[in-house]
Amino acid sequence: MGKLIAVRANAGVIFGVIVALLSAVLSAPLSLAQPPFSLADQCPPSFALDSNNQCRLRNLYQLYDSLQDRGLGGLKTALPEHRDGFSPQQIDLGRLLFFDPVLSGDKNLSCANCHNPALGFSDGMDRSVGARGQVSQRSAPTLWNSAFLKVFFWDARAHSLEEQAVGPLFSDQEMANTPEQLLANLNQVETYPVLFSQAFPASEDALVIDNIVTALTAFQSSLISLNSPYDRYAHGDAKALSPHELEGLNVFRSFVARCSQCHTPPLFTNQQVAVIGTPEPAGLPRDVGAAQTFNAERLRGGFKVPTLRNIAHTAPYMHSGRFATLREAAEFYTKGRGHAVPEGEELLLHWHISDPNLTDTELDRLVDFMGALSDERFMPTIPTHVPSGLLSSKTSISLVTASGE
Amino acid sequence: MNTKFKVVLAIIIFAGGWIMGSSNNVAPVITSSVGGASYSGGFQTDVSVGAVPHRSVLGTVHIVNPGDSIQTAVETAQPGDTIQVMPGTYSETVYIDKDDIHLVGVIEQGNRATIDGLGKLNDAILYSGNNIIIENFRITRYKGNGIMGQAGNNFEIRNNVIVDTGIYGIFPQLGTNGLVEHNVVSGIEDAAIYIGMSDNIHVAYNEVFDSVAGIEIENSRHAVVEHNNAHHNTGGILAFVTPGLPIKTTEDVIIRNNFVTDNNTPNFGAPGSIVSGIPAGTGILVMAADDVIIEGNIISNNKTAGIIINDHSFATTITMDVASDPNSDRTMILNNVMLNNGYDTIPEVTAVALTELHTGPVDIVHVGSSNGSCIINRHRYRTVGIGNYGECDFTNTDNTESYLLAGGAEPRVIHPEERGEIAYLGVCTGCHSYTGRLIGPSVEVIQAMYAGNPQGLADYINAPIKKRNNFPEMPAQNYLDSETQLAVAKYMLQVGN
Repeated sequence: MGKLIAVRANAGVIFGVIVALLSAVLSAPLSLAQPPFSLADQCPPSFALDSNNQCRLRNLYQLYDSLQDRGLGGLKTALPEHRDGFSPQQIDLGRLLFFDPVLSGDKNLSCANCHNPALGFSDGMDRSVGARGQVSQRSAPTLWNSAFLKVFFWDARAHSLEEQAVGPLFSDQEMANTPEQLLANLNQVETYPVLFSQAFPASEDALVIDNIVTALTAFQSSLISLNSPYDRYAHGDAKALSPHELEGLNVFRSFVARCSQCHTPPLFTNQQVAVIGTPEPAGLPRDVGAAQTFNAERLRGGFKVPTLRNIAHTAPYMHSGRFATLREAAEFYTKGRGHAVPEGEELLLHWHISDPNLTDTELDRLVDFMGALSDERFMPTIPTHVPSGLLSSKTSISLVTASGE
Repeated sequence: MNTKFKVVLAIIIFAGGWIMGSSNNVAPVITSSVGGASYSGGFQTDVSVGAVPHRSVLGTVHIVNPGDSIQTAVETAQPGDTIQVMPGTYSETVYIDKDDIHLVGVIEQGNRATIDGLGKLNDAILYSGNNIIIENFRITRYKGNGIMGQAGNNFEIRNNVIVDTGIYGIFPQLGTNGLVEHNVVSGIEDAAIYIGMSDNIHVAYNEVFDSVAGIEIENSRHAVVEHNNAHHNTGGILAFVTPGLPIKTTEDVIIRNNFVTDNNTPNFGAPGSIVSGIPAGTGILVMAADDVIIEGNIISNNKTAGIIINDHSFATTITMDVASDPNSDRTMILNNVMLNNGYDTIPEVTAVALTELHTGPVDIVHVGSSNGSCIINRHRYRTVGIGNYGECDFTNTDNTESYLLAGGAEPRVIHPEERGEIAYLGVCTGCHSYTGRLIGPSVEVIQAMYAGNPQGLADYINAPIKKRNNFPEMPAQNYLDSETQLAVAKYMLQVGN
């Protein structure tokens, strides 16, 4: 499998993510020669602990309003409604689970393998690889700011982080586990029943699927990225963007490029489905995307508009990672409406897919601007070891140091 | 004429199963619109003549002369200031990312401040701030929009002449409480005036012509469109829901006392654009919008029809959106003057008409289902598809002067203590943990240093100086206003772990 991944890696992207893990993992004993685990009693940065032991998100966008409270608009616009209210213990347990390969059927793949913090919580691959080496249909999206999302998966088929989480866990194409197997495996790890009781003190039987999913949701909704140079500009720091980035912002929101019509601030997605007609990888059939979700042929080839926050860290781009760089991704939009739609393929392209004839300079500036949407200030602490012992400080090194650049 | 549009219309008509009917030899109900009941179902607001709150203190006036940059003046200006642009030609994109700026062109002896995109620049004026006024400019030859707002509340766009600027002439988006009046807009590839995803809007006294769409109210609520002259466009005035947008409704729109004439210009909209499906010769088009009142308009010489009401299944060129209600419900047609419409209509309208044994021109055509629609004096018009329209129980909209918000849309009010917590947690905790070093020194260390001196800490936050050799320099947080800086300083000095 390691070989398969290496083959699938895009040039220019450094991995070292999963490969080193596997051999070590498969032979690692379950015994713990590590310090014992205790769950945090404080919220992650950007959260306030309320009197009910729940973490409440605080960010500067809470100073603003938005039309119809939809969290869409311009610079000083409120964000969409978000998920919060999890306890520090639940968030911390979610963090341990997230990095623990024990969650997958063969105990060889953690959430972090496809949502690697060092790669913008994505995996640097065009299409992700499952626990048994299966190449999936689509690329792994970033998890930054998923607290603000209402729809999940490229094809918009899930409507909560909980609904999303059970997708990969029990998909044969991804982590290839079953609910029974997952519970059995977690119960075999000495620490987990204790940690679950701490995180879910009201539950008689704390180690259940619902609580696993809640903990994962709690952790994912703590991944907040709202302190980029763009954000400083939005809040009023006129010097926060470089002249090139500012030029890029004006191309981005211009009605020639029209990027902001779908990648709408402040989240940089309007969370709608759009058919834009990007090419599929050579030899692969058209991914129908949201047409299946909604049973609607008009949405053939339609995908959820992804956020552009931290986009510079999550190459390659589009649902099947067809574009290696942001420059190529931006260029797609100016090569002509439908230019990559093959003969005989009927797609009802989005009305904002037009012929903007952007100049090379404008494309460069767009890339500059998208780079200004990067912020990893609130990066969570990556555990050096996890309760199962499957991830030890040795094997986790590659995870921590992998670089997306 | 768009062939796809034709085909779809025909399909819908046959699939819909039209109710046949006629009303021969029945004495018409004649309803006077004078002194009768007035519409009371719309948005309730105190009367407001403007959208931007009145300034109690006048700020600085910045004068821009030809050869100067308007943008430089915008960057210099503080909220509360006015920028006066002298007659002459300027070629730039002006963007206003701050609140309360009045950008005013000076007109001398008919000479305007002209912003010329030379066919190369994207947009003329972009704004995102609240309380923005843009008036008296001449804008021409931009590739994108003339004037575009993203999310600014309380705006007035007035007395601008916009000629041949590409996609939209005036396009406020995602804002609340705006006035668009006395503009002359022509030669626009999409809509001359396009109100997108906005609330509480007043569009009045504009002349819009030679464009694909004259005035378009899209995915917006509480809008009055009155006293405009929409002529020689492909379609005159449109109220509709575009599916696939994140804000899903168009509701409560009054279209009254407009001239809607000679809108027979061949459609030159870009392929794939929503308006490219509008048949030339459309006076007023209502698509999937609810609670639209059409009153007192002079609608004449529109060759397809004076008023078309339809639903989303009407057009295959638009996407599918389960969250979007496809029907036009509660369309209300009061007295309008309708002359010589539908004289050279599309075959699909003729076909619908035939199902009702109607031949000849058509003033009003409704295609698709509708609930709760009404009309008065229906006998005056040549109508098709309005058999299920009841009689309106009101005759005018005199009670509604506008839907603008008296005093303007209020900004969210956050108590200073809350501002302190928000800024501390939202920004500071990225670099400062309570104990131990993160990027900057620990909060404990800072608390010890500034105990009893929140103003000192606020001053430091505003303009940090490098204090520790082995720490990176802190970026100034001077984009926070002084009140928030002090609030965050106070918060930081008392916060516990």
